[in-house]
Amino acid sequence: MAKTIAEINKKIKKKEAVVVTAEEMISIVKGNGTKAAAEEVDVVTTGTFGPMCSSGAYFNIAQSKPKIKLGGGICYLNNVPAYTGFAAADILLGCSQLTEDDPKNKIHPGEFRYGGGHVIEDFVSGKDIELRAYSYGTDCYPGRKYETIINIKNVNDAVLFNPRNAYQNYNVAVNRTNKNIYTYMGMLKPNMNNATYCSAGQLSPLLNDPLYQTIGIGTRIFLGGDRGYIAWPGTQHNPDVPRTKNKVPRVPAGALAVIGDLKKMKPSWLVGLSMSGYGATLMVSIGIPIPIINEQMARYTAVTDEDIYAPIIDYGSDYPQGKYKVLGSVTYAELKSGEITVNKKRIKTASLSSYPKAVEIAESLKEWINKGEFLLTNPVAPIPGSEK
Amino acid sequence: MITKRIVVKFPPTLVDQPIACQLVKNYNLEFNILKASITPKEEGVLVLELKGDNNDYKSGMNYLKKLGLNIKPLQKDVVRDEERCTHCGLCVGVCPTDALKVNPATREIEFDDSKCLACELCITACPTWAMDLQF
Repeated sequence: MAKTIAEINKKIKKKEAVVVTAEEMISIVKGNGTKAAAEEVDVVTTGTFGPMCSSGAYFNIAQSKPKIKLGGGICYLNNVPAYTGFAAADILLGCSQLTEDDPKNKIHPGEFRYGGGHVIEDFVSGKDIELRAYSYGTDCYPGRKYETIINIKNVNDAVLFNPRNAYQNYNVAVNRTNKNIYTYMGMLKPNMNNATYCSAGQLSPLLNDPLYQTIGIGTRIFLGGDRGYIAWPGTQHNPDVPRTKNKVPRVPAGALAVIGDLKKMKPSWLVGLSMSGYGATLMVSIGIPIPIINEQMARYTAVTDEDIYAPIIDYGSDYPQGKYKVLGSVTYAELKSGEITVNKKRIKTASLSSYPKAVEIAESLKEWINKGEFLLTNPVAPIPGSEK
Repeated sequence: MITKRIVVKFPPTLVDQPIACQLVKNYNLEFNILKASITPKEEGVLVLELKGDNNDYKSGMNYLKKLGLNIKPLQKDVVRDEERCTHCGLCVGVCPTDALKVNPATREIEFDDSKCLACELCITACPTWAMDLQF
């Protein structure tokens, strides 16, 4: 029996909807089967909390007197350069941007103690941010220099906008060279002495809706501790990849561009990161509710870590040279056991994405829906791959 | 037999003393250098694990104190800021002694500082600066 999102929302408003996390859905489907689970469960909540470098924020700041045209000028937030290619008072800050005097990798591995991601976390924490700007002066915007303090209370707008987040599956990184390497997948010991991975696996949003049947443009989501929206498919979104028989991608596939009001977000859910030897980034929290509109969605959301495979990639020599050579495939169940075997070698594994926090996101979203505070949305438009 | 971990700090004037060698020769103590930072004309720090008879250990410590070295037991060397830790698990992969381990039930990262060698690999690995060194 198929359900519509409108019907599910009616139940949410009456506080009668049955909402479970993607983890809980596994045992429900195992116990009762997909048909009964589809009838019983209305919404499955998902979550993920990992480093997502394609994240940033734009701000509209209160003008100086005399006014200044930031567009075409130069602007710094806590010494981190912000992009000024827009109108007079709009600036954009990417999480990987670094201060100009950051030593970067001059002494390898660099520490990258403070970057755009840290500015975003500080802003969300309510801290004062020093803005320094220089411009050329026009008849309508004569100001040439502006030094002020901006914070969550005095900016006109602050919007988190991330071109690529919530990757559907990701690589497992190893290092086949004989030296330590420092990557966006963390520090990798020589001769494949450790492996890192980055996905919440069975709790990850797009792995629970592998063909984007309910997730699309306009979908309301949990973002940074508040509500956000899916704006567009993520950059590099690629649905045309090898998949398991349950349609789960075997390699990185889909991705989402997301947007939300930064002023309402929480610092514990947007954390500035320093990846040793690599750079600054932002740990972003995303949770997506999946309406169980039919039996197929019940089957998809019951996906387990045993069913999801990730490709092992050498970040020592293959990846840097643009070679996508898969050394093997392992399941998230194996990765989470703490050890995998590649070419008969046992390798210790570590995660970049926080599973306990992903559980917390899925639980929060469940609570919001149970309280009737969060309604589900029909996508305004589908994202590529949903037609399959 | 006892095993103890100590932090030895020595002033610039004593940097040239071969203390580890003396501890073996004269006090019959086995040593393992866990961390050493010794630069001429600057204060040096040495983290030692010592193993031997209790009386030998006491006399060895007296010898170090008489030399004028500052000795403290190694305690809570690496500390974790619980607020900064996101329990991602990146530290688990670099920890050589399993002092940092995933709890299989909660997936949270547990830190057993009694197993910690103070190698500091987790400090470099941690992207949120949750791990820090304290003597």
